[in-house]
Amino acid sequence: MKLVFSEVAQGLRRNLSMVISVILVTFLSLTFVGTASLLQMQIGQMKNYWYDRAQVAVYMCSDVSAADSCPQGKASPDLLERVKEKLESPTLSVYIDEYYFEDQQQAYKTFQDQFEGNAVAQYVTADQLNETFWVKLVDSTKSQIITESFTGVAGVEEVRDQRSYLDQIFSILNAASIAAIGIAVLMLFSAALLISTTIRLSAFSRRRELGIMRLVGASNFYIQLPFILEGVFASTVGSIFAGLAVLGIVQFFVQGYLAQSLPFTSFVGLTEGLIVFPILIGVGIVLAAFASGLAIRRYLRI
Amino acid sequence: MISIANASKHYKGAPKPALNNVSLEVEKGDFVFLVGASGSGKSSLMRLMLREDVPTKGSVHVLGENLVGIPSRRVPFFRRRLGVVFQDFRLLPNKTVAQNVAFSLEVIGKSQGFIQESVPDVLRLVGLEGKADRLPSELSGGEQQRVALARAIVNKPALLLADEPTGNLDPATSLDIMSLIERINASGTTVIMATHDQSIVNRLRKRVVELRDGEIVRDEIGGSY
Repeated sequence: MKLVFSEVAQGLRRNLSMVISVILVTFLSLTFVGTASLLQMQIGQMKNYWYDRAQVAVYMCSDVSAADSCPQGKASPDLLERVKEKLESPTLSVYIDEYYFEDQQQAYKTFQDQFEGNAVAQYVTADQLNETFWVKLVDSTKSQIITESFTGVAGVEEVRDQRSYLDQIFSILNAASIAAIGIAVLMLFSAALLISTTIRLSAFSRRRELGIMRLVGASNFYIQLPFILEGVFASTVGSIFAGLAVLGIVQFFVQGYLAQSLPFTSFVGLTEGLIVFPILIGVGIVLAAFASGLAIRRYLRI
Repeated sequence: MISIANASKHYKGAPKPALNNVSLEVEKGDFVFLVGASGSGKSSLMRLMLREDVPTKGSVHVLGENLVGIPSRRVPFFRRRLGVVFQDFRLLPNKTVAQNVAFSLEVIGKSQGFIQESVPDVLRLVGLEGKADRLPSELSGGEQQRVALARAIVNKPALLLADEPTGNLDPATSLDIMSLIERINASGTTVIMATHDQSIVNRLRKRVVELRDGEIVRDEIGGSY
């Protein structure tokens, strides 16, 4: 065993530049894998958080509404009352947690708050904004019930589920994480090739010893083990770096920066980072063992 | 000890077989010279006996192992039971004489105690006492081949395969090496030696197996080149 480890140390020293590049490539690719999985976890958390708060807006016709959905012009108090009655009817009320009515003055105030400092805030007047029934459902996935009940009803301009806005955001985040995984897969592939090339080089530089070991009857295991350990060592170092980088991203970027600047969103924290850490190391070791095994089958035939 | 029956070896792309229907029986304690021109198939035959190659056809049994059917994980254990020397010595240049011999014991998992005891013994046997700490580059060709022989026999093998062991040595040194190999044979080790050296073959009058174009054309006890 002592001899095996001295062989490993010798091999690592002899191929130092290759070993460093294996470490760097596994480090980068696994950082991508780790970030992508954290992003997925983040999406999951945000979905839980925001879907719970998502509401359905029933926008009533205003003076500036398009004529094809609002032929009668601004919704009259009578029409507003009819919508309200329908919301409180026994068929719909079982699905509704709560609802409230936002008149044009309130809508104007909200708008001014949201677009403070933006030029558009100066040009908008209260009567251009919709009166709105904000409906919060017991189960936010059943928004279709409201959409179907109120679309086309007189005085209703549009029914819109806020989830549809969220879905856009999530699909962008999702695409980003899929892209990250795609890049990671490519890089993992090149890491595997690099490991197998390193082992090939290492076997070549030790071909004299290997030849003699074979002649005197060293077992396959004994001959191959130093090479496998070399690959596993390099990629384990790389994956530990990747794990630390992911923890660093969580701690200093997500928790230290994002969570401070967006206080109303819950972000992934160290708990999730610590779940990802062992996964990365596992992937690194499996990758190295696989690549070494392949290289050995090709370059270390007994 | 060795039983080769109707063995043929075709290398891919070669027009003629390297070995063609070769049969050979060697008893325990025999001393056999394999002679023949370059390309006659001596090395191919040695490779079969070392299980570096398997025959395209026929069977090879060495030391009781069927070398055609042996699973590859058992090949190393088979090789531990025989010793091999080559024309080019095959020593590790960065290890001393003693370390070269010890290396072959370490890689087959022998204990440090066994190594410390047997290495000086075998170096004395081949006449290298006092040179244990030299590097191969500081030794003459004859001395390097002695190191290689020491490494080959330190494990007390039943069979010694020697592929042109005197090919790089001058006549006087060759005689030294041959008397060492004869001593190894006299202690009961079977020796198969491939050689080009007519004077050695003619002087020793051992069994001579001659190969030509991959076929055995002569198998004579007490023969000459």
